[in-house]
Amino acid sequence: MLSRISTYLYKTPKLVLALLLVPPMLYMGVVYLGSLFALLINSFYSIDDFSGIIVREFTLKTYAQIFYPANLEIFMRTAGMAAAVTVVDALFAFPLAYYIAKFAAPRLKTWLIIAVTIPLWSSYLVRVYAWKLILAKEGILSWFINLFGLGGVLDWLLSIPEIGGSSLSLSPIGMFIAFSYIWLPYMIIPIQTALERVPASLIEASGDLGAKPFQTFRSVILPLAFPGVVAGSIFTFSLTLGDFIVPLSLGNSKYFIGQAVYSYQGTAGNVPLAAAMTMGPVVIMIVYLLIARKLGAFDAL
Amino acid sequence: MANNSSTPAIQFTKVSRHFGDIRAVDNVDVEIKDGEFFSMLGPSGSGKTTCLRMVAGFDTPTSGNIFLYGQDVSQLPPYDRDVNTVFQDYALFPHMTVGENVAYGLMVKKVAKAERVKRVDEMLELVQLTGFASRKPSQLSGGQRQRVALARALINHPKVLLLDEPLGALDLKLRQQMQVELKNIQREVGITFIFVTHDQEEALTMSDRIAVFNQGKIEQIGSPTEIYEHPQTAFVAGFVGVSNIIEGEVGKRITNSTNKFSIRPEKIHFVKPDQNLDSDSYAVNGNIRDVVYLGLYTRYLVEIDGGGDLVVVEQNLKSTSQEVMRARGQAARLMWKKEHISKLGD
Repeated sequence: MLSRISTYLYKTPKLVLALLLVPPMLYMGVVYLGSLFALLINSFYSIDDFSGIIVREFTLKTYAQIFYPANLEIFMRTAGMAAAVTVVDALFAFPLAYYIAKFAAPRLKTWLIIAVTIPLWSSYLVRVYAWKLILAKEGILSWFINLFGLGGVLDWLLSIPEIGGSSLSLSPIGMFIAFSYIWLPYMIIPIQTALERVPASLIEASGDLGAKPFQTFRSVILPLAFPGVVAGSIFTFSLTLGDFIVPLSLGNSKYFIGQAVYSYQGTAGNVPLAAAMTMGPVVIMIVYLLIARKLGAFDAL
Repeated sequence: MANNSSTPAIQFTKVSRHFGDIRAVDNVDVEIKDGEFFSMLGPSGSGKTTCLRMVAGFDTPTSGNIFLYGQDVSQLPPYDRDVNTVFQDYALFPHMTVGENVAYGLMVKKVAKAERVKRVDEMLELVQLTGFASRKPSQLSGGQRQRVALARALINHPKVLLLDEPLGALDLKLRQQMQVELKNIQREVGITFIFVTHDQEEALTMSDRIAVFNQGKIEQIGSPTEIYEHPQTAFVAGFVGVSNIIEGEVGKRITNSTNKFSIRPEKIHFVKPDQNLDSDSYAVNGNIRDVVYLGLYTRYLVEIDGGGDLVVVEQNLKSTSQEVMRARGQAARLMWKKEHISKLGD
């Protein structure tokens, strides 16, 4: 019986493929795209200002609200933060990823990869609260900064409008530090994977042909690792864009997209506006991916 | 390019390269002449590739010095050495076109664009790839990639061109064709070539001189004919072509000396059982134990009376396969000229 089933399956590879693909496709189609679709539909509804009841009729009124200056500011603020976090993570991740991929001995490489990914094993909430303590006014970071007599620099930083605040743990600077830390592994791993696939002989060939190390980096290593940087930036950028925990615990009264969505669908009960605001990051990411494709980031995949 | 011709292109003086306890290259001395096609031949792990990498600058000697036309380059980085390499895996930059790959050496030296285009065209013509400049390496066949790698390495007019088993990945026909072409290109450009290979036939076909490597040392340096006809060690005799190596009692009965010697299978002939021994020849009697018909020739394994085996090959000039197969199990008398043996050192 069992062997007849295997024979039958062997002769009908398309059936096997269907059997294997149906569960994940159902999940993708119904749960994932379905909820996204529900979100899309909701974003075209509106809320009755007087009664607070959702009006289930097609309208672009809700989208128009996104373009209110207050909401536009939220988008700009969040996208700016996401861009800054992405750039800094890329700058931090590249040397480390390069070391792991090209220099570390096999045993050390294993340990470094574990060290990079180990924070991902612990709860993200716990790590955010850990940063809250680290960044607090009487926290270890300001103690450390004061140790070098740099308390004045910190105060000056915190006095800058827009990015400063009463303490690091209640300021965009603090959020930026926490974001950069939390998403760093998502940048290191794709870059390391991309660098791993650059054969050592290409780097040798470049030097052999007369290129100095920096020229080799610019002409050979960076272009070949670029898809990895873009892959990593997709993570860091989109994760920052949608996050609401970090702004909630380390931010001030100025909202980020995730926070706005959280409060619109919760206390304010304005699900249509929350949905419309969620579509914002989706659109931003689609544009981002199209630009990345234009830059050739996916050619080597 | 061709400096004072008495200055060797490359000179190794007591060069060693140790990796931990392993002596990859062990006290190597060698001089490679200007304009020579020089092969480093040996099995994998014999140190030939490490020697090449030290010339290129990818590796640094643990001790000893390497001179390029009289200049000590042992400690120079690759980009400061006037040598270029053709890599085993070609190492073409996948994100660049063929033209950009070939122009790379000129690009990093900031040669003007017009000059670059002109020289790339010349190089592509030399390797018979005119019109391929705008293709990507991934669109080329193995043989074509090989030519691009060659053009890219030659465009800088290096003093010495290093080739690290460049034909290893090609199929037999293409490899034989490229052997001839490489030799022609070398004659045309007049640059010293150092060619690393584990394929003895390749080394014999192309080289002016060959260095045979074994366990980090050079066993013998010489022209292809010297290496083949007069191997100095048992390793060389066995690695380059097929050899019968005879020593001890058996050898003493043949040559009246206990010296180890080698004799090539094609130099041994079957003679009539009653044929007298000439004064310039050696002879033994034995029994044909095995016969392998190989089309162009037949290989016999002969058990010598009193111990030891000899491999003998004979061209099938007149005999048919049925005839040669009947020889199995029969007695035979073998003879060869004294001048064809090589006395072997240890």
